[in-house]
Amino acid sequence: MAELVGLTGNEAGAEALKDVNPDVAAVFPITPQTELMHQFSSYVNDGEVDTELVPVESEHSAQSACFGSAASGARTVTATSSQGLMLMAEICYITAGTRLPVVMPVVNRALSGPINIHCDHSDAMGCRDSGWIQIYSENAQEVYDNTIQAFRIGEHKDVLLPVMSCLDGFILSHTMESVEVIGREAVQGFVGEYDPAFSLLDTQSPISIGPLHLTDYYFECKRQEVEAMENARQVILDVGKEYGELTGRGYGFFEEYRLDDAEVAIVALGSTCGTAKAAADQARENGVKAGVLKLRVFRPFPGDQIAEVISRMGAVAVMDRAISFGLQGGPLFNEVRSFANGRCPNLINYVYGLGGRDINATEIESIFHELEKIKDSGQPGELYRYIGLRE
Amino acid sequence: MPSLKQMSANPELLAPGHRACAGCAAPAILRQALHVSGPDTVVGFATGCMEVSTTIYPYTAWKVPYVHCAFENSASTIAGAEAAYQVLKRRGRIPADKKINFIAFGGDGGTYDIGFQALSGAMERGHDMLYICYDNNAYMNTGIQRSSATPRGASTNTSPAGRAVPGKQQDRKDLTACMVAHNIPYVAQASVSNHMDFMRKVEKALAVEGPSFINILQPCHRGWRYKPEDSIKLAQLAVDSLYWPIFEVENGKWKINYKPKEPIPVADWFKEQGRFRHILKDDPEGVIEWHQEQTDRRWKELLQREAASQED
Repeated sequence: MAELVGLTGNEAGAEALKDVNPDVAAVFPITPQTELMHQFSSYVNDGEVDTELVPVESEHSAQSACFGSAASGARTVTATSSQGLMLMAEICYITAGTRLPVVMPVVNRALSGPINIHCDHSDAMGCRDSGWIQIYSENAQEVYDNTIQAFRIGEHKDVLLPVMSCLDGFILSHTMESVEVIGREAVQGFVGEYDPAFSLLDTQSPISIGPLHLTDYYFECKRQEVEAMENARQVILDVGKEYGELTGRGYGFFEEYRLDDAEVAIVALGSTCGTAKAAADQARENGVKAGVLKLRVFRPFPGDQIAEVISRMGAVAVMDRAISFGLQGGPLFNEVRSFANGRCPNLINYVYGLGGRDINATEIESIFHELEKIKDSGQPGELYRYIGLRE
Repeated sequence: MPSLKQMSANPELLAPGHRACAGCAAPAILRQALHVSGPDTVVGFATGCMEVSTTIYPYTAWKVPYVHCAFENSASTIAGAEAAYQVLKRRGRIPADKKINFIAFGGDGGTYDIGFQALSGAMERGHDMLYICYDNNAYMNTGIQRSSATPRGASTNTSPAGRAVPGKQQDRKDLTACMVAHNIPYVAQASVSNHMDFMRKVEKALAVEGPSFINILQPCHRGWRYKPEDSIKLAQLAVDSLYWPIFEVENGKWKINYKPKEPIPVADWFKEQGRFRHILKDDPEGVIEWHQEQTDRRWKELLQREAASQED
């Protein structure tokens, strides 16, 4: 039964996991993810789910326990943020390379050096080549929806890859919003039984998982992983469509907000897209035909589809909530630019919001006005810019 | 435990043809453990000699389910598998009466050092699993580097016997005592030379509910520098010199499993090994004498613990 409830992003993630009722959950605290697994642990100890909880001693062991559990044919989850993701990064690559479809909410937080607990995307971006599918949410509703879909996507026999369900730390994780939940029965019906082809626990047909691949096999193994990620594209679309049929909320690679007649646009990930939509509305009132491409799926990267949309625009700004030292522009910008491949000549980058620095609609509206100038002059100027930074 | 005769009739669960060095004692440890645990066993391995030599894709020597993830997480990987077993049994996807043994293996580098935290966590959480450390006193797979299991004075490639520093300056960590401090139901120290004792310990360890730990000494002729055919002899000398006593701690009760009638000096064990050659030749710091004192002290403490356990 669908029902509207008030949930924070963390609670929405926990609610999704509750409705899925996974076999095994490894839990370890880190701000701002902590409350997600607090909530889930309560569901376990109150008997609302019968998941086996493994309260590990580190994120490294969290991902390792997930590896062992998923290799044993169990539907497996954990959640983390920031340094936790970095600590488990070694194992994240192995989980993906071993083709184990673990699902993990990642509550995005800046990386230390200096330490900071607030939102940016450096953590997930640091794992962008780990072989995990990455899906980003704009609001708590999407956290719930994306986390549920993650199981179907990752577990699909043509995919078998782990999935990060990313949500912005504090901005989403700690903000209460109205969320429509569809309940245990509908979710269980949607995700279905997990029926893996192999399990360590099948002692009748013993298999060896994690053998040494030398120069003669490693490359081919990685090539298969590429294929799995490619297969995920169609699966993500199919699952998003089917979820839409169930809930009325369908999902694709990205959402196009007022792009049909837009002349300038912003490409962004996560909660900023909500602000950007409001800024686009405001900019339109002030005479700029503004729109937003809200990217949902970062891996696999829907570059051709993005390029097709932005090539219609007069000027586009890609917003990066992460930084890539020594590279001109953030990671999202460089992915977009490589696919745009000149089809969108007035393409610029803004790095914003590092360490949780707020970005507001007025600032984003100023970007639309800047894009309007670039469109008219045909001079993109400085490609790599910051916004909301004291210089 | 089945008799040796019965065991010899059982199929081997570690196939021949793996690529361990000639004379390596580690495969004997694996085969002995598997003879006791049988085919319903899930084995986990830390990266290391036995991982590398038994599973070079597309081959595997394992006739039981086997998993390797990384260097430092044999314990947490098997903990995850055991958690999956518990829930899948509860949910009826595995028959309720299906008993599976979970054994995580690691070398001393993967256990004393880099895997110590994961081991400690898994033991504290109480997973129904056995962890076996095959302790060959150094990182042998990567080419003989010192670990916290390496004895003081030993020459390794990161504690070489140099002109200024004569080998490793620190003594080994007492990992078995660390595991006893976890208050788990069963902890034992064993030696590959005493195979019946080791197999009996595996049997006990698997029979307890909850976590158990066995630390087994495995001489390595590449790292210790002796003749390949002498691995079992070197293990026996370690036991007979009391450098590596074999004992068990069952629910907190200490029991020494073998008391040599006439212990040999630790120097008799040292002199068989090239890694101590430099101090056998010239020992201005008195390392050998120091080892004898430490060995005597540890043995005395062990006897006291055993006596105290009998009084309880």
